Amino acid sequence: MLIYKLILCVIVFVVSLGMAAYMTWGERKLAAILQDRVGPDRAGPLGLLQPIADGVKMFMKEEMLPGKSNRFLFILGPCLFMVTACMTGAVIPWGSGFTIGDVTYPMQITDINIGLLYLLGVVSIGVYGIMIGGWASNNKYSLLGALRASSQMISYEVAMGLALIALVMMTGTLSLGEISRQQDAGFANVVYQPLGFLIFIICAFAETNRAPFDLPECESELVGGYHTEYSSMKLGLFLFAEYINMFISSAVMATLYWGGYNFPFQHELGLEGNTLAILQTVALFAKIVIFIFIFMWVRWTLPRFRYDQLMHLGWRVLLPLSLANIFITGIVMYFMGKLN
Amino acid sequence: MALTNRSKTVTVRELTWSEKLYLPAIFKGMMITFSHLFKRTPTIKYPDVKREIAPVYRGQHVLKRDEAGAERCTACGLCAVACPAEAITMESAERKKGEENLFREEKYASIYEINMLRCIFCGLCEEACPKEAIFLTDRIVPSSFTRGEEVFGKDKLVESKENPIDVTKRQSQEVIDFKKDKRHYHNRTFLDAKPIAKNHH
Repeated sequence: MLIYKLILCVIVFVVSLGMAAYMTWGERKLAAILQDRVGPDRAGPLGLLQPIADGVKMFMKEEMLPGKSNRFLFILGPCLFMVTACMTGAVIPWGSGFTIGDVTYPMQITDINIGLLYLLGVVSIGVYGIMIGGWASNNKYSLLGALRASSQMISYEVAMGLALIALVMMTGTLSLGEISRQQDAGFANVVYQPLGFLIFIICAFAETNRAPFDLPECESELVGGYHTEYSSMKLGLFLFAEYINMFISSAVMATLYWGGYNFPFQHELGLEGNTLAILQTVALFAKIVIFIFIFMWVRWTLPRFRYDQLMHLGWRVLLPLSLANIFITGIVMYFMGKLN
Repeated sequence: MALTNRSKTVTVRELTWSEKLYLPAIFKGMMITFSHLFKRTPTIKYPDVKREIAPVYRGQHVLKRDEAGAERCTACGLCAVACPAEAITMESAERKKGEENLFREEKYASIYEINMLRCIFCGLCEEACPKEAIFLTDRIVPSSFTRGEEVFGKDKLVESKENPIDVTKRQSQEVIDFKKDKRHYHNRTFLDAKPIAKNHH
């Protein structure tokens, strides 16, 4: 079992990296189509080798360390960001599990019973990566970008956590695997928690520094924000980790609110255990791709929030809304006799 | 106190409830962007696909020969004077004894250069030429990496004898009819018979 888990770790890591690389391709193609133009189509058919070309370009650029910066922290920043982005993939149930012989192999690296808390904790450490990157650059603009990024992320973590509390009240468990299994029985959680989902998706946009909340890295205001001074693969790590964050956020949203790997009428198909497991994983990835599409769709539609508008939204709109959501969930559960 | 006598009244009103929510406006915007997924892009993927150009498109120049193969250009310099970008330069030379089949008149251009980086493809040189020597064709000038390659000399400009370039689409019907009249020296080559001399009695 240990060897299986190690192999699964490697597979999840490789899949995250591969998805992040092709998400850059998808982003450029989608942005192009939404803007009535053609995206990259020179590198390989349909431009599919473009991420590889970008990777090679990143490696071949000159590696620079600013003179007065703190060298250790400068290198630590993107590494921390990348590590926390990849660590979150460990608790997401990628499938229901397949059986070979009489041993069941779960498709989740670890099903710890505090899965949601672990996720929120790791996302909070991710803020450190940006802060350290901005501080260590020894650059006014980077520092401002890092400051804005960290305050934005911690503000929206509050509302995210509160929206998740309402969900946990309903499911009674923090474990992600258990939440997925519960959604097999009834409807997906979004039917019971629509407001919670709305708050969660807005907070997910803010946590991943994605438009319309991408003030920390916008080019028009802050040059490059916290990654101004970075070049070559350290910059590559920052950008990559942002896409991995997007991928993981989509996976978490799909798992928590949209049924995870379950799909409607999955048991009426009359399939065997392992075939059903494969189909369930495919269904999960389809949902993840749809969410990634929504992330990108919103980015190329909406203008950027100004910083004070962002803070206003986080503290004065989403926080009361999520508290109201908890309140309403509690009342409905009391009257349905589920509170004990 | 009004600062100007041009003023416009605007209405400043509070946002309605649905406008304050922002979500309906966001959805409307997202629907607009979504509709762009299903529209054809107007991009033409050059050089795999080339767009249609008009028959009178002004592209690369050509120095034409007459039907017998002699170069028409006599290095008169009218094209160089007419050029607004001063792109044309030339040096003339005198035709030697055995070269009647190469050049139409005693003066010809030994060096004729057009700097394609200066040229604005206006066609004024084509309009100015009295010998119908220089035309602009519909070939697109290829790009290069150095400036020197973009100064085209006679080797690139004079048309080859085997494949003369057809410029009749650039000329009006009157001009085409004029060219059929062999009484004019302009339309004859050294192979055609001399005109019948007037009777000197």
